[in-house]
Amino acid sequence: MMHSSEELSAKAKELLVEYLDKYDTLKPKDRTKIPSQEMPTQDPFIRRNNLEEVSLGFTEEQARVEAMRCLQCVKKNCVQDCPVNIDIPGFVNHIAHGNFEEAAQIIKQTTLLPAICGRVCPQESQCQLHCAVGKALKDIDKSVAIGRLERFIADWERKNNKRVLPAIKPPTGKKVAVVGSGPAGLVVAADCKREGHHVTIFEAFHKLGGVLRYGIPEFRLPNEIIDQEIETLNQMGVEIITNFVVGRTKKLIDLIEKDKYDAVFVGTGAGLPIFMGIDGENLVGVFSANEYLTRANLMRAFEKEKADTPIFSSKKVAVLGGGNVAMDSARMAKRMGAEDVYVIYRRTENEMPARKEEVLHAKEEGIEFHFLENAKRILGDEHGCVTGMECLRYELGEPDQSGRRKPIEIKGSEFIVDVDTVIVAIGNGSNPLISQTTPQLEVNKRGNLLVDATQKTSLDRVFAGGDIVLGAATVILAMGEGRKAAASINNMLAAEIEIENADKKELYLNVLDI
Amino acid sequence: MNIIIYKEQLSKDVFLMRIYAPLIAEERLPGQFIILQTDDDYGERIPLTIADANTEEGSITIIFQVVGKTTTALSLLNPGDYLPALVGPLGKPTHIHNYGKVVCVGGGIGVAPMHPIAQGLKKAGNHVSIIIGARTKELIILEKEMRAIADELIICTDDGSYGRKALVTEPLKELCESFEKPDMVIAIGPPVMMKFCSLTTKPYNVFTQVSLNTIMVDGTGMCGGCRVNVNNEVKFVCVDGPEFDGHLVDFDNMIARLNSYKSIEKQKQKCFVENAFKEKEVVL
Repeated sequence: MMHSSEELSAKAKELLVEYLDKYDTLKPKDRTKIPSQEMPTQDPFIRRNNLEEVSLGFTEEQARVEAMRCLQCVKKNCVQDCPVNIDIPGFVNHIAHGNFEEAAQIIKQTTLLPAICGRVCPQESQCQLHCAVGKALKDIDKSVAIGRLERFIADWERKNNKRVLPAIKPPTGKKVAVVGSGPAGLVVAADCKREGHHVTIFEAFHKLGGVLRYGIPEFRLPNEIIDQEIETLNQMGVEIITNFVVGRTKKLIDLIEKDKYDAVFVGTGAGLPIFMGIDGENLVGVFSANEYLTRANLMRAFEKEKADTPIFSSKKVAVLGGGNVAMDSARMAKRMGAEDVYVIYRRTENEMPARKEEVLHAKEEGIEFHFLENAKRILGDEHGCVTGMECLRYELGEPDQSGRRKPIEIKGSEFIVDVDTVIVAIGNGSNPLISQTTPQLEVNKRGNLLVDATQKTSLDRVFAGGDIVLGAATVILAMGEGRKAAASINNMLAAEIEIENADKKELYLNVLDI
Repeated sequence: MNIIIYKEQLSKDVFLMRIYAPLIAEERLPGQFIILQTDDDYGERIPLTIADANTEEGSITIIFQVVGKTTTALSLLNPGDYLPALVGPLGKPTHIHNYGKVVCVGGGIGVAPMHPIAQGLKKAGNHVSIIIGARTKELIILEKEMRAIADELIICTDDGSYGRKALVTEPLKELCESFEKPDMVIAIGPPVMMKFCSLTTKPYNVFTQVSLNTIMVDGTGMCGGCRVNVNNEVKFVCVDGPEFDGHLVDFDNMIARLNSYKSIEKQKQKCFVENAFKEKEVVL
């Protein structure tokens, strides 16, 4: 049952009054009795016609009540499961006491983009997975809503103009090139700039943000938030060059040899969309999720009157896949005016990799889920346009290598779904541009760049991270890799600076003939 | 950056522009293309082949036909104006080496991207025959430039207003039947022309390269909008092409895909023209 923001806020106010005085003396058992707070959302019937954010964010009272549920346990399983090891009990405790500025400071020690992570991290398989509250209540959905609290703090900081530019060390004279401005690249740019290096971001598109911009829709991550992060980099003095394809506009190796960059970070992200390899996949009306979402998000096709980039007008849409990208595509198709949108997934809801919240929101918006089904071929008419899709039913067999039960097709179970559009959201291969144009870089058989434990590639001074290394992963994992790569770059450059200074010192001492 | 240095109207709806883009001019090779936008907020990204480059001036040359909203907007820009987004060079360059005897077939504005390729092939020591085709005389472009390269130049028009009254496939067939049949044919032009050039050369087993200009969004291997069937395999024009073996391309599928947004595109163009000329009080 959904409640309005006002109702939720009023209820939280009452709870806050009730618990405020006794909070510090509450026993863990009593804390687990504090009701978990529901995220206020836009009404599903309204939101499926607009691009505004679905989740409206906790109110101050809600955030404090939710934070009071944290047991402040010593073991801190939540921190261990966070790819960037945020001191979660630390910042949550500050929220409970209403010290939002202090909470923000703690978060900022380890993550740069909390407004983004709070919104798009798969918390239920990370920090919230082993939360003691969820365990005690035997319901992971009742874990402390760490992601929502992180988002609350980031939003509070932004709305109250409390954001401060990170301190930047004096210029070192070293140059770092960051290829791609997605989550990995943004983190590397900020971390290297803080050390005083000159940082240049090269972005192939006309706008920055990578997958945050072209992939994740506004209703889940507003552009305003990405713009603000980029503005911060701008103010820090990071040089930003758009419409520049490293590998084509300039070879990667030339950045080092000709332009004298001391280090290059490759964060070019996921590449070629994977298709099913079934009949009819090139028909008019079949799209990769990348294409569909890029048209709607980056190219702004949602604003049909203003945007030049057309988007296919669909009545009945099938989305193939069960991840976040599939959810985004389905919900975007609904917002673009499709009457019926089906998500076709060959396993069951339990195996779906999408964030739980996105699945819930999709259902609320009227997306139909078809589990244990998969496309066999796509049917078309004499003009080469999609007219339907033949599907097969599946059942779950033994667990496979990923630990998920393997779907097995049921022979002879074919049936036809009436659709005019098919969006394929089953993942991406690697982007071939960098490896095509930089043959010295070693790649695995899937075309992902090979890196060592410090994120260094097989090429001197070249580091990499994010989806170009991981294959299709998550924003937070990309940021974690970026963080690691930036530390390695900073270490490498610091060591070089030290040697150079020692050499200089020796030179002067020699001149002085001491 | 991206300032328009020079503009020339080559025929009724075909324009040539030189644009200041020194990095692209430096790196580009024959066969590669750029993507541009006339508005980087709401504009679309369109791919255009690079017709020429001048590294001294730091410029690239594009030749385009007015077919939609963005090409209309582009044609209304003038020297001194600039493009808010221009990215390239994209795609794999043409593989240029000495094949022996080559035939270059350029249809309509396909002659523009053919120019640097023909130049390269000639320089590599090939005997170069060039066939230029257009609907009518006034749509023939770059005749002088191509004549300077060609060992043999054949011009065809559909209506016979200039050169032979024939489709380009006619002289192409004759060349394939001649005593010394070509070692390689390269055809660039409208999809239908490339399809029939490929069908013409197939019985003679003459390797035929075509340059595809499909729908694209990013142009760097991310969206997959440009995919084509080549030998029953899905290929991406932006990173695997734009040039493919014409005998293996599924042209019918490609043509259907090119028409995906035809009606929306026409409507956008019409709206744009009406608004552009209402503001400027110019009668079209």
